[in-house]
Amino acid sequence: MRYLPKSPMERQEMLAAIGASSIDELFSAVPERYRLREALKLPGPYSEAEIIQYFSERAAENSVGYTSFLGAGVYNHLRSVVTDAIIQRGEFLTSYTPYQAEISQGTLQAIFEFQTLMCQLTGQEVANASMWDGSTATTEAVLMAERVTSRRHVLIARSVHPEYRDVLKTYARNSGLELQEIPYRPDGTLDQAALKSAIRDDVAAVVVQSPNFFGSIEPVSELAAAVKGSGALLVVSITEGVSLGLVKPPAEADIVAMEGQSFGLPPSYGGPFVGVIATRDKFVRQMPGRLAGQTSDTEGRRGFVLTLATREQHIRREKATSNICTNQALCALAATVHLTLLGKDGLREMAHQNLSKARFALDELTKIPGVRRTFDAPFFNEFTIELPRSARMINADLLRDKIIGPLPLGSSYPELTKHALVCVTETTTRADMERLSSALRKAIAQPL
Amino acid sequence: MAYPADYQYTKQHEWVSVKGDTAIFGITDYAQHELGDVVFAELPKPGAKITAGKSFGTVESVKAVSEIYAPVSGEVLEANAELQATPEKINSDPHGSAWLIKVRLSDPAELKTLMDAKAYEAFIAEAGKEASA
Repeated sequence: MRYLPKSPMERQEMLAAIGASSIDELFSAVPERYRLREALKLPGPYSEAEIIQYFSERAAENSVGYTSFLGAGVYNHLRSVVTDAIIQRGEFLTSYTPYQAEISQGTLQAIFEFQTLMCQLTGQEVANASMWDGSTATTEAVLMAERVTSRRHVLIARSVHPEYRDVLKTYARNSGLELQEIPYRPDGTLDQAALKSAIRDDVAAVVVQSPNFFGSIEPVSELAAAVKGSGALLVVSITEGVSLGLVKPPAEADIVAMEGQSFGLPPSYGGPFVGVIATRDKFVRQMPGRLAGQTSDTEGRRGFVLTLATREQHIRREKATSNICTNQALCALAATVHLTLLGKDGLREMAHQNLSKARFALDELTKIPGVRRTFDAPFFNEFTIELPRSARMINADLLRDKIIGPLPLGSSYPELTKHALVCVTETTTRADMERLSSALRKAIAQPL
Repeated sequence: MAYPADYQYTKQHEWVSVKGDTAIFGITDYAQHELGDVVFAELPKPGAKITAGKSFGTVESVKAVSEIYAPVSGEVLEANAELQATPEKINSDPHGSAWLIKVRLSDPAELKTLMDAKAYEAFIAEAGKEASA
């Protein structure tokens, strides 16, 4: 497909065909005051050399030499150049969503392998071809539970990522879903007594995150037992996929909604990422999106087909299972390549490093007078600490030492203004952690 | 495939077979042929109320997911459980073993609005002409 502007002659021909004498006449229905009369204020046009110069200058404005302890849904992990080399092949990089899907056997095979990996990681029976990201996948999981149960009440843990809850609230606002938040216990995990008393016979879904936003690992099996028998579906949201290298997969969940960014996608200022939905086979027709399936052709050779696309928006219009009618094929491919390179042992080793380093960081930081661990529940690569004063103010001091400090929790949790979420991954060095520790010690010791 | 003379038909290609105050619904041979290979049928649960002209379920083929519309109103007594495992029967035996639901009629007078086999055959012959025109 080519995108060439129309020539003045072609414009005249088109205007003549519809009986307008000029572009102004064509737009005469637009009131005068809304019409742009001057040229758009755009720079350029630039030559290739000028464009390269421009972007080199912008790139030089980036801050370098900072150490970050931010996580909270987006994680710094090692990535292999092999991943980029493969996803930059033109066949993958430039292809659009395959409407005549079976012609693109390579794309379908990549999606099929992605789905297989996601099932293995989550302990679920079926995973779709991917969603936009973890937040929309979590919301889609809730909408799916609504379709399965024909119920509209949703219980969501307050320890689910605040931005994921915001996305869900946006969807719920005009769709008639009722949301009810379930508090957390002093150890940072879901308050199961509150959950039990909130479960009613009109609950469609119970939504938890594990490891949750505070880094605490939820006892998914216990929660599944608590939900079981109520008719509600248990939705487990995961923001840090690498945790599945060590943490027991949420096989007891009815739907798993995951962010796949940790698998080979750079933080990139917040996207593009890749969402995952995995579930039980019996719910497959209420699952949003599409599914690549394996089959054999008339000569018995292995081949791949796109299934369930019949329930997507381009065919089912307003009756589609989801208004997200595409998948993140390129990001899903990156995740597939990344996980294939790591392998089972590699992922476990990476997860081990995250856990060990996070433990080391916790021990170092809690040696500082005035710093203590907020929650006692087991964690993976994130944990919450309490500081002697506002975490936001302390972070301003750390920034002067080129440290992007742990995420202050006050803006999402007013009761946790002095608390911050620390993230440590395999990319964090011992020196980084010691630098944070000494900078934090200094910041705390400073008189106000 | 012949259209049973004792069934009644709709313009949306469903059939109805009435016995007393209960009726069996299905889709016609013409409908299954248009849909292609059927892979799934989504049917209502017993007790569900259905309304003439409104969708009560879907039939999914490899090409599309299509609504099935209730020929007449009533309450669902039973859905054909065999179709869960063998939806392809809708292609091979649409007028017989691949019936979709059994319904207790709430307004038998609605049956008068439906076509008999002869009228339905004329209707699809006309539809065929339009399609090839």
